[in-house]
Amino acid sequence: MLHTLSIGELARRLAAREISSLELTRHFLERIERLNPSLNAVITLTADQALAAARAADLRLGAGERGRLLGIPLIHKDIFCTDGVRTSCGSRMLDNFISPYDATIVTRLKAAGTVMLGKSNMDEFAMGSSNETSYYGPVKNPWDTTKVPGGSSGGSSAASAARLAPFTTGTDTGGSIRQPAALTGVTGVKPTYGRVSRYGMIAFASSLDQAGVLARSAEDAAAVLAVMAGFDPRDSTSVDAPVPDYPALLDAPLKGLKIGLLREFFDGLESRNAALIREALGVYTSMGAETVEVSLPHLPLSVPTYYVVAPAECSSNLSRFDGVRFGYRCEQPKDLKDLYERSRGEGFGPEVKRRIMTGTYVLSAGYFDAYYLKAQKVRRLITDDFRAAFEKVDLVVGPTTPTPAFAIGAKIDDPVTMYLNDIYTIGANLAGLPGISAPCGFVDGLPVGMQLIGPHFSEARLLSAAHHFQRATDWHLKTPGGYQ
Amino acid sequence: MSLTRQDVEKIARLARLSITETEMPVYVTSLSSIVDFVADLSRVETDRVEPMAHPLEGQRQRLRADAVSETDHHEKYQANAPQVQAGLYVVPRVIE
Repeated sequence: MLHTLSIGELARRLAAREISSLELTRHFLERIERLNPSLNAVITLTADQALAAARAADLRLGAGERGRLLGIPLIHKDIFCTDGVRTSCGSRMLDNFISPYDATIVTRLKAAGTVMLGKSNMDEFAMGSSNETSYYGPVKNPWDTTKVPGGSSGGSSAASAARLAPFTTGTDTGGSIRQPAALTGVTGVKPTYGRVSRYGMIAFASSLDQAGVLARSAEDAAAVLAVMAGFDPRDSTSVDAPVPDYPALLDAPLKGLKIGLLREFFDGLESRNAALIREALGVYTSMGAETVEVSLPHLPLSVPTYYVVAPAECSSNLSRFDGVRFGYRCEQPKDLKDLYERSRGEGFGPEVKRRIMTGTYVLSAGYFDAYYLKAQKVRRLITDDFRAAFEKVDLVVGPTTPTPAFAIGAKIDDPVTMYLNDIYTIGANLAGLPGISAPCGFVDGLPVGMQLIGPHFSEARLLSAAHHFQRATDWHLKTPGGYQ
Repeated sequence: MSLTRQDVEKIARLARLSITETEMPVYVTSLSSIVDFVADLSRVETDRVEPMAHPLEGQRQRLRADAVSETDHHEKYQANAPQVQAGLYVVPRVIE
């Protein structure tokens, strides 16, 4: 089946002219048309542009050009600006926004010859862990459509899991690639802060946001990351460091790898999830890795720290949405103040407004020191804990989420309960570290993910570690019933 | 409840967000529970800790030459504007 093949195998067949990009694109467009209504993963379909891009890729292939992603279809999370195509960020605020430019990662993936099938649904302005805050309705988990796919990259994770595209792009500010990847059984990669350009990626929290990929395997993700990553002069936080050839480094030997078992990760973890993570660690030790217990004593503070820092940054970033230059404008504003207040009050959903207000509060006079400055100090303590751990181990392995996917509607009423879904993922964002979630089993028919976190710029080692695990197991090859 | 209705009204004004009468009690409750949740941070000893605004050490604001690198695309960029006149964004009258 074309949709169960790896990117490497698809590229091989395209290069050998056994299939054309046009056939491949039509195959996935047909799948989206048939399967997307049950998932609500794709909110903008770009069929005409996709067919044109596929024809262009076929011309390049016909002329003898080769590339790992040449002719390969993808779906972009609707947080990435795409020239001439609506970019909604899952919000009413941008429902009418046709982006006048491409994000850098969109440009790079286009230049590599990929074919954009459409834009995926997401939690509004990337704020959420369940894809229930989207203006366009919730996304369903293909493993059980009464359950959430995770968020905020829920549309991308559901689309990757249901094989609506060979890979999808996502963003991760507090776990928004890794957590949905875990809940839908795909491999999600959040790179080091500064590794991938944020130009054209609608900003939520500028010191935390990072773009990445959700794919069927670490091998596939490596091919995509090699194209996405790299210095961009248009992103002032982009790091000017060479990008390793991730696919070429996947088979680096695992023997002797020191894996940290984080004590704080296992406290309070649901027992069947914990058992699967321990089994996964058993696979690593049988391949020659060693495990060492490590402790990050300030890690339990990562969720409250994040819920001061991220809202503070978002309150600043979202102040640009004012009904004046683009986006939603309220009807018949009485005056400028009314224009701002009602455009924003009506254009944003409740979770976004909650976070803007939380951020405004923690930055306001009289509270700045107690909350925001304090959170920035705790952020340093958490980062220092990771640095100390990485002096003893090469990477840390643990769960990605506390439980498998929960029911749609189960947690949406209490923000704090929802926030605790990110308990294992947030630390990596605060410290700017790369992280991967890879499937490691099932509980009650729902996928469970294992998380690997490494030091800054250790993506090659993380991808290789995940790849070795995927050569010894086949969790990542499972497809949900109904989407096979 | 750690935040009062007046607190939330003030925050909403600062953030330029209109909150309806029906929404107000829900926001008072949820914002209070968030503020209570993050108050845990006050337990941590941080007297000699430097605040961290940025996850990577040693990053500097890059500068570039003061040379023109963009060209005028205002019509394309203003295509998304709710109301434009002569290249200017139109809003309700501000000054009487």
